[in-house]
Amino acid sequence: MDFNLMIDITPLLIKAAWVTVDISARALFLGLFIAAALVALRTSRLAPPRWLARAYISVIRGTPYFVQLLLVFYGGPAIGLRLDPFTCGVMVGAFNIGAYISEAMRGAIESVDSGQSEASRSLGFGRLATLQHIILPQAAGLMIRSIGVLAIILVKNSSLVSIISVVELTYQAQRLIGSTYKPLEVFMLSALMYIVIIYAVMGMIEFLYRRATRYTYR
Amino acid sequence: MTTSTDTPMVELKGVKKHFGDLEVLKGIDLRVDRGRIISIIGPSGSGKSTLLRSINHLEVIDGGNILLDGMPVNRPDLKGLAFERHINHIRQNMGMVFQHFNLFPHMSTLDNVTLAPRRLKGMQSTDARELGMELLERVGLADKAKAYPSSLSGGQKQRVAIARALAMQPKVMLFDEATSALDPELVEEVNRVMKGLAEEHMTMLIVTHEMAFARDVSDWTMFMDEGVVVEANTPDRLFSDPDHERTCHFLRKHLGSQG
Repeated sequence: MDFNLMIDITPLLIKAAWVTVDISARALFLGLFIAAALVALRTSRLAPPRWLARAYISVIRGTPYFVQLLLVFYGGPAIGLRLDPFTCGVMVGAFNIGAYISEAMRGAIESVDSGQSEASRSLGFGRLATLQHIILPQAAGLMIRSIGVLAIILVKNSSLVSIISVVELTYQAQRLIGSTYKPLEVFMLSALMYIVIIYAVMGMIEFLYRRATRYTYR
Repeated sequence: MTTSTDTPMVELKGVKKHFGDLEVLKGIDLRVDRGRIISIIGPSGSGKSTLLRSINHLEVIDGGNILLDGMPVNRPDLKGLAFERHINHIRQNMGMVFQHFNLFPHMSTLDNVTLAPRRLKGMQSTDARELGMELLERVGLADKAKAYPSSLSGGQKQRVAIARALAMQPKVMLFDEATSALDPELVEEVNRVMKGLAEEHMTMLIVTHEMAFARDVSDWTMFMDEGVVVEANTPDRLFSDPDHERTCHFLRKHLGSQG
């Protein structure tokens, strides 16, 4: 093991790890809005929006993320969709994870006992107010846990954007191996950085989960 | 909107409801004058809960009319948001109490009671707090204002649920088997609160399995079976001298232990 090399390349990998965090955070943020929109479509009273959302979710779930990424990056220009690699990584990540998050959100909302919604409606609250004041606060715990698992997958999937030459952790690691010929050291260090990122994500999820479910400990 | 004193508080005309092929309500007529207490008894699956839930539009009826203080509850002419506004307004005038309480577990007892007046009537939080404490006092739970529902007994939960329903100052209270999910020793505390409301001349519709309570508290008792009102009468008459064989049979089964 070449420890001196590992120390030397650490700053470069940290910088690249930051790109991994950046691309994942942006994709997650955007993905949450996409997911919320999909939930709204899926619970619409009209059938066409429901079909649209279901079809979209099926396509995303039925194809590998890697293929989605290649399709948009290399196939996009043919229909006038030209994205720089970083933006492409964020967008494909967001639209991919959004589909999964929407299912997690819907599941969490449906897990709240129907009596809660009935009690709220019987007091005179509308559908939206019921969702806001009664259903979402109770679904939040489960939703946060499920979204957390997906966020972890998102971080790990971000290594795939190396294929469209975004200089994130995995891409930087490959570049460093090209110049140092030390795959064991470089990959071990990059793996360690993924672990650090993912533990940070898990810590945040746990914190948010506890906040959202404080009422159950009272 | 009519509010003359002879307008019945609740009126049902030929109310029909089916779930798929199963006809649950086969044309129910009912008139509840203000201040009256009607109890509805009958075997499981007789349609009595569905009837009560239909009045609150938690079940959408397939035929007939329901009027609350002269205002139609079901308005097939209104669609989408217009209907939502209408039904929210109607529901604010009815208090509903459920078998399984359905308290909001993420809120304190006081917040459960004050949520609707704060959010729906725009009541200031100090006024809402005062009202909430007054109502909790009335159901004997002022000391539990800060407690969360998970720390309450079933009887306490149901009393909070009653206070929550009262917070909107409803014109009528609907009780859907309010004591059925309670341990026998907790039934009395809820019944006492309901009796208190009866003494204050609150208009009430009570679906119950508690025959003794129905007899004691109501002005009029309806016996339902298989989606129809088999008979309706004063409780004294219905319990001691029913006209129909089906009623006799039901009462024999249910009065065995309660006399």
